[in-house]
Amino acid sequence: MTADDPRSALAQRATKPGTLRRLSTFLYRRPRLVLLLLLGIPMLWMVAVYLGSLSTLVLQSFFWLDSFTGQVVRTLTLANYAQLFGPANRDIFVRTILMAAAVTLACAGLAYPLAYYMARYASNRVKGLLYLAVLLPLWSSYLVRVYAWRLILAKEGIVSWMFSALNLDGLLDAVLSLPVIGGPSLSVSFLGMWLVFVYVWLPYMVLPIEASLERVSGSVLEASADLGARPGDTFRHVTFPLALPGVVAGSIFTFSLTLGDFVVPYSLGNSSFFIGQAVLSFQGTAWNIPLAAAFTVVPMVVMGIYLLGARKMGAFEAL
Amino acid sequence: MTDHRPPTEPSASPAIRLRGVTRHFGEVRAVDGVDLDILDGEFFTMLGPSGSGKTTCLRLIAGFEVPDRGTIELFGQDVSRLPPYERPVNTVFQDYALFPHMRVAENVGYGLMIRKVPRAERERRAQEMLDLVRLPGLGQRKPSELSGGQRQRVALARALILRPRVLLLDEPLGALDLKLRQEMQIELKALQQRLGITFVYVTHDQEEALTMSDRIAIFNGGRIEQIGTPSELYEAPATPFVAGFVGVSNVLGPVWARRIAGTAQPITVRPEKIQMLPADSPPPGPDQCFVDGRVRDVIYLGMYTRFLVELDEQTDLTVVQQNLQTTSMDVRAARGRPVRLVWDRIHNRMLASVDGRDGEAQ
Repeated sequence: MTADDPRSALAQRATKPGTLRRLSTFLYRRPRLVLLLLLGIPMLWMVAVYLGSLSTLVLQSFFWLDSFTGQVVRTLTLANYAQLFGPANRDIFVRTILMAAAVTLACAGLAYPLAYYMARYASNRVKGLLYLAVLLPLWSSYLVRVYAWRLILAKEGIVSWMFSALNLDGLLDAVLSLPVIGGPSLSVSFLGMWLVFVYVWLPYMVLPIEASLERVSGSVLEASADLGARPGDTFRHVTFPLALPGVVAGSIFTFSLTLGDFVVPYSLGNSSFFIGQAVLSFQGTAWNIPLAAAFTVVPMVVMGIYLLGARKMGAFEAL
Repeated sequence: MTDHRPPTEPSASPAIRLRGVTRHFGEVRAVDGVDLDILDGEFFTMLGPSGSGKTTCLRLIAGFEVPDRGTIELFGQDVSRLPPYERPVNTVFQDYALFPHMRVAENVGYGLMIRKVPRAERERRAQEMLDLVRLPGLGQRKPSELSGGQRQRVALARALILRPRVLLLDEPLGALDLKLRQEMQIELKALQQRLGITFVYVTHDQEEALTMSDRIAIFNGGRIEQIGTPSELYEAPATPFVAGFVGVSNVLGPVWARRIAGTAQPITVRPEKIQMLPADSPPPGPDQCFVDGRVRDVIYLGMYTRFLVELDEQTDLTVVQQNLQTTSMDVRAARGRPVRLVWDRIHNRMLASVDGRDGEAQ
């Protein structure tokens, strides 16, 4: 039999499979083993590094700092949590949560029309370009973008200049003199912070909404019109409810990212702290790690509740 | 639900009238100058192969497309430019298009909800409709929990609840298996007769069309080739395409037609009208015509057998015989046998002159 006789080659393969082939057959028959091998290292990381450090954090929040010795005392206490409910700290939480809510609403409002256009009207080529446009900012440094916005919004920045070029100085001043959200300039105000937050988190809202809308089949919208619904009715009863899981999924990102952020409040804020700044100041300056840990636990709990609600609304299927 | 007496004859004024309707998609003329009258209370089918323009025509009537030329009238009113939510027609879609986030009862009651009908009455009528389509207990299910046949009936209930004067159906039975499809065909027909409203039905399945319709329009390449009752289309096809599309056709070109029937025009004769006799049979009388050939192929179909008889190299005739006495063994033995085909002259149908869009090349 010659080497290129197909029958002999086949016979050869049948009687003497190579080790690689035997390994692949072995694995093919054992899907659970494959799963273990694939997930093994990520799970190890997840359990040891992530969950481990998270539980250490939570544990720390029950310890307390002895202000005389400057040492952390490892006995369990609820003193830190009691401190959280003091008036100064309560303000921090309320401020941060309100900002997160405001950012989420604004992102949803801006992202929805864009996502709607991308899903229902854009040709494939335009859609690809829009995807690129939405994701492109994420390729650059987050810090750089925040600082860029600080410059744009500053008193000497381009926004100011545009307003005075259009003779609308008065309008800008009126806006900046609004209580709570105003400030000396856009770059040192809650308004400015809100603008920057909306800018940096927008991609995370656009993508889930676009995915949800794409799943709405055209014939369902035609059926709604056929049954007598004007475009407004169709939006209210069909399109929006079907897109809502996507909106909620996107809001998980915008809400949690705003809750925990440090850079934006630090760059565009003043002495009214947000959670991120509070944690840094307790941990970094005062070395009060237990209190900082307690502070961190609060957004975790808030997000935990938020996620439960989001799951009920079907957001996890939209991700 | 009041029982509408089915009309013995459709009333005189047309429910739907299309005049010169044309619709292009870029270069393609999906609908090319269509004229159509659909009478009130009839079951009208638009039949044709894929891409023949029948679905586009339906969408034009529904209002999802606007004609580039021509007019569409519903009960005498020009609706060519009206959006779908202002037309007194409702549609059953091919993929059912049920709202996935609503329960079955909410789906069915959607049209009433839009019209601000109070909840109690809405729920009552939705229940009525579900009983009508024989899905009584399923109001609280979601569409994803239903089978294809059930979804189809929900789509039907949803469209009928608004008591439209015209119901449009876009190949609604396409996704169902054969038995279910045949069952639904009978149900739909019975429903239409009971309700007395006009049904406009689109399909590519000629058997389905023949089963259900009062009249059928045959579409080909964006135009209508013939409109008639099922028996008219089957027994008196006007063009080779219609002869080939509705039922199996035998089209004999000018040469053979002259030789067999003495006419210059192409003729068609239905396969079940041809008798297959042994080659040495005596020639038949003046009322009949005959031709000799050889059995090229035999296809056994259980209830009947289809024979392909070769007359010459390019010409075949198809003969269909019921397997009254014969078995599959006998039938297969017929292959290669010389035979004489005999049929009555009255079954010859003249066809309009052959143009470039035939179903058969002669």
